[in-house]
Amino acid sequence: MAYEYNGTSVGADEEGYLSDITVWNPELAALIAQDEDIEMTSDHWEVVNFLREYYEEYQIAPAIRVLTKAVKKTLGPDKGNSKYLYELFPYGPAKQACKIAGLPKPTGCV
Amino acid sequence: MAEFETPKLGEAPDTIPCLSIGSMAHSKPYKAAAEHQEKLGFPGELVENWQEKAIDKFGELLGKYRGLQVYMDACVKCGACTDKCHYFLGTGDPKNMPVARQDLMRKVYRRYFTTAGKWLPWLVGAEDFTEDVLEDWYSYFHQCSQCRRCSVYCPYGIDTAEISMAGREIMDHIGVGQKYSNEIIGKVHDIGNNLGLPANALRATLEDLEEDLEEETGVEIRLPLDEKGADVLLVTPSADFFAEPHVDGLLGYAKVFHQAGTSWTLSTHASEAANFAIFTGSYDQMKQIAERIRKAAEDLGVKRIVVGECGHAWRVAYNFWNTLIGPFDFLDQNYPIPQHICEFTHDLIIQDKLTLDPSKNDHMTLTFHDSCNVARASRMGENPGGQFTYPREIIKAVCNNFVDMAAETIHENTFCCGGGGGLLTDDLVELRVKGAKPRMEAYRQVVEDHGVTNLAAICAICKTQFAKVMPYYGFEMDAIVSVHQLVSNAIVFEPEPEDDGDQGTGEDDHGGE
Repeated sequence: MAYEYNGTSVGADEEGYLSDITVWNPELAALIAQDEDIEMTSDHWEVVNFLREYYEEYQIAPAIRVLTKAVKKTLGPDKGNSKYLYELFPYGPAKQACKIAGLPKPTGCV
Repeated sequence: MAEFETPKLGEAPDTIPCLSIGSMAHSKPYKAAAEHQEKLGFPGELVENWQEKAIDKFGELLGKYRGLQVYMDACVKCGACTDKCHYFLGTGDPKNMPVARQDLMRKVYRRYFTTAGKWLPWLVGAEDFTEDVLEDWYSYFHQCSQCRRCSVYCPYGIDTAEISMAGREIMDHIGVGQKYSNEIIGKVHDIGNNLGLPANALRATLEDLEEDLEEETGVEIRLPLDEKGADVLLVTPSADFFAEPHVDGLLGYAKVFHQAGTSWTLSTHASEAANFAIFTGSYDQMKQIAERIRKAAEDLGVKRIVVGECGHAWRVAYNFWNTLIGPFDFLDQNYPIPQHICEFTHDLIIQDKLTLDPSKNDHMTLTFHDSCNVARASRMGENPGGQFTYPREIIKAVCNNFVDMAAETIHENTFCCGGGGGLLTDDLVELRVKGAKPRMEAYRQVVEDHGVTNLAAICAICKTQFAKVMPYYGFEMDAIVSVHQLVSNAIVFEPEPEDDGDQGTGEDDHGGE
């Protein structure tokens, strides 16, 4: 599949993960989110930005526990839990949030 | 993702559904891209003379795997298997009856490998290997989780898992592979685990978890990585480093090792217990993946290998390691080779070497899901059925409230979670939800009759699958827990003396016999 963005076609795999992660930008993220029926709030962006920072350092998305701890630090203890993350990203904070963040899908038994 | 309806839970887990012919013919996982195929030595796309190549490969497998030949010949169509597959019970599609799934291969076998089928195909149900048949193979051999429940009920012991493995191997060899499994196997070769977790990320994750452990217990409990000279190498699914509730189980292993005073280590080279090549039927790949573990054990100089909570990994370890990567003459022969983490913990409980407070789990009433590969393809301990009793005895030692599900749905009769065998992928969610129906029916019974609140498992696939599908049936996603998560909750640590630095040095005297 592909996303139509700014008059160009941005390549993605069958599930909508960007083929080339370097083409990502916030507008494209908003477009992917729209496709996922997600309206991006500042909390969504907080998660997406953290994923991208973590990925830049480690070339992988963070473990859910690492993510919830980071969210707890920035958004407060009532939001630092996986239930809240699933409220933000119903299809899973790892997979769906990664897709919006332009990162590859975590694979395996996850 | 196409819309689908979640099945309504019936009264009994084995209620036979109305037939719904062809209702799952659309269910096909994404095909592997050329790069994923070629990395494993398979053609990148469907080869031109695919039919000929497929029959050649089929012939080779019939010669190599005696079981496959017997399974092709032995079926007498008695019907005992027809209502035993969770995918049939959940979908009603008659091609998900085990006998029908087998017949997809059997009709091709008869056409090309039996005299009657060569001359009188219409008389013996023999069929040409056409494109339509290949489509059916791809669809329905990826609607088998290789759980082997049908083979328990087959009077001849015909194992549909072996047939779907052979089907997938033949398809891989003509360029038709499944994306999920083959991409993951490639990641194991490139990065060392299914997840694609690089060494520095693994190290950072473990350090983070060590902080959590110390914060929670007040004790410095370690998650050692690549420590030469440790007694035990723990190999565990990479999901244990990443997902929930898996990671809570990992913390449980660490606490058990710590309290036992056993020196142990994880390995970056073998940062994965899973071996998805068993799902694709590739012996060569299975061997290559397993070799990482032997190499890590030798390089680190460990005396024992312990396997974490992973169903098919335990099957590969228990049944195939000795052939694939044995002999293990360099390991301590006084312990089981390999040893399951449940055997390790069970031994400590029997010897009263763990301080446990089961009331810490009083907020839960547990039941246990026997994972198919552990239940029907392996064992724990010295006695038959140890794979059923060990996990339950551990749970009962750390929880006051435990209830089993209906007898026809546990032990060797267990229903698959619906996500095993390389099917735990988002492109098969409909199949996974429907296939979980029988297990969910059995679970609902104990929820309603006995107030069960949580389902415990010892398999990374089962845990992820249940976390995903339970909400479809009205249960919370965190109702699924790791067995060692329960151990983790119950294990009690005394505050450490002021002078730090002398714990966990390997005073290891608990037995494994």
